[in-house]
Amino acid sequence: MLVEKETDNTNGLPANALGQLDENYYVLQLYIAGHSLRSIQAIASVRSICEEYLLGRYELQIIDIYQQTKLAEHEHVVAVPALIKKRPLPQRRMVGDLTDQGKMLSGLDLIASTD
Amino acid sequence: MIDSIGPKHIALPKAPTGIAGFNEISGGGLPKGRPTLVCGSAGSGKTLFALEFLVRGITEFDEPGVFLAFEETREELSQNSASLGFPLQNLIDQNKLVVDHISIDRVDIEQSGDYDLDGLFIRLDYAIQKVNAKRVVLDTLEVLFAVLDDTQILRGELRRLFRWLKDKGVTAIITAERGDGTLTRHGIEEYVSDCVILLDHRIENQLSTRRMRIVKYRGTPHGSDEYPFLIDESGFSVLPISSIGLDYKVSEERVSSGISRLDDMLGGRGFFRGSTILVSGPTGTGKSTIAAQFVHAACLRGERCLYFSFEEPAGQIIRNMRSVGIDLRPWVDADSLRFKTVRPTMYSLEMHLAKLHNDIADFDPQIVVMDPITSFDIIGTASASRALLTRLIDFLKMRETTALLTSLTHGGETAEISEVNVSSMMDTWLLVRNIESNGERNRAIYIVKSRGMAHSSQVSEFNITSQGIQLV
Repeated sequence: MLVEKETDNTNGLPANALGQLDENYYVLQLYIAGHSLRSIQAIASVRSICEEYLLGRYELQIIDIYQQTKLAEHEHVVAVPALIKKRPLPQRRMVGDLTDQGKMLSGLDLIASTD
Repeated sequence: MIDSIGPKHIALPKAPTGIAGFNEISGGGLPKGRPTLVCGSAGSGKTLFALEFLVRGITEFDEPGVFLAFEETREELSQNSASLGFPLQNLIDQNKLVVDHISIDRVDIEQSGDYDLDGLFIRLDYAIQKVNAKRVVLDTLEVLFAVLDDTQILRGELRRLFRWLKDKGVTAIITAERGDGTLTRHGIEEYVSDCVILLDHRIENQLSTRRMRIVKYRGTPHGSDEYPFLIDESGFSVLPISSIGLDYKVSEERVSSGISRLDDMLGGRGFFRGSTILVSGPTGTGKSTIAAQFVHAACLRGERCLYFSFEEPAGQIIRNMRSVGIDLRPWVDADSLRFKTVRPTMYSLEMHLAKLHNDIADFDPQIVVMDPITSFDIIGTASASRALLTRLIDFLKMRETTALLTSLTHGGETAEISEVNVSSMMDTWLLVRNIESNGERNRAIYIVKSRGMAHSSQVSEFNITSQGIQLV
């Protein structure tokens, strides 16, 4: 599993510049299936959103379901790529190559729903 | 071992299901190495059918299996199947079965862009490899439609899944909910086209009836009727007996009625083996006693008898018959006589037929008594209960089982008329009635007909004594 941490996560509290509360710290899991084009696209989309909107307050785990069968099973991942927002609560899931940035942002509660 | 891509003209290899009666209507089972669609409304028995297919596959044909459940958890499945005696946990422990539950919750999934179902493929592949599975069940795949919006991608992925299953050479069952006017809600039948089975559960006259139909079976002639089926303690059983017809062996052998004077009236030697005998008359004329005496004589000869009683419990029949000198208890204890007592209103006609069929197949008796058949009239129309009897009689004749049926008439002059609808199916018809004269009531018996033998046309009075029935 590849874990990308952008924060100093001691005590489970983000040490981000604004000193905001825990709710603003994001833990994301991205499930992909091997190095397909779709996987690569999904990784790129998620990274770019994180860099732009969550800089300094996120943790992104990239999980290849071929390697981490048990983890994918545990999370009942059927369709891939799948992005799971573990924190802040409520958990949310997104499925697809995540190319639609508007949907991504509303899915991550970063903007109000576009619907 | 499995050749899933054979030329069309070669008979398809079959995977026997082990489900009683199903192989008969499907020409040997499900198409081996291919997916089969089992559809039906909620509660029609899809999951159970699939589960039994897996369990019997393991226990009877040594083919390990994978059950991928989208709706029920492993614990729920174990509990539900335990009542049917399917030892899921044992099979899991023996590494013969994988039960995997994928929970899919609609509310927290949002879709953004292209996806595929590799998560499902990998998981399934992992499970198949784990036990070297030959059989796979996906129950119910269609929940994916509720979660994933882009049905076009989903359809493509399902098509890929079914092709993949075929390539794997596993015999698969895919279950699906029945749609409104279509076989499945999301049209899965388009992709699983080798074999489609429809299960149905309806309520008629407040009684539940289960039926099964093979809608399609590529490359195999199959029964196209609706077949009633049962779900009971031993699982599923399908009743394939509507097509027996009249092609059965006819016996010359005779069996005693147990009443020697009555045998005399029947050409001196009693009934034909494998024939069907109707004893009709008003209440209290001794029909059950005639049946009991017949059974007693059969047990004395060392034959096995099955007594279906639709009005009296077994204990009561045994007690009553003992009072007229017929002791049935030893036969019950020795298991050469079995009583099956069931209220007619317990089941629909077809369920009754299925039950009777199972009981007879299970015990394999030489003699069957049904007392009285008129009980069925209250749960179905006359024509429906006649159809039930026809099928039952065909089944009994095919097995060369001698059947004695009693029929309750309501006295008076019209007694015979009420029998018209079943009497034509009977080989021998005995009528018992009360005769009132000189301030006393006497019983009399006469033979209305008895095919294939010279018989007496006398009306004989008889008494029920402490030594059974005595003709005067």
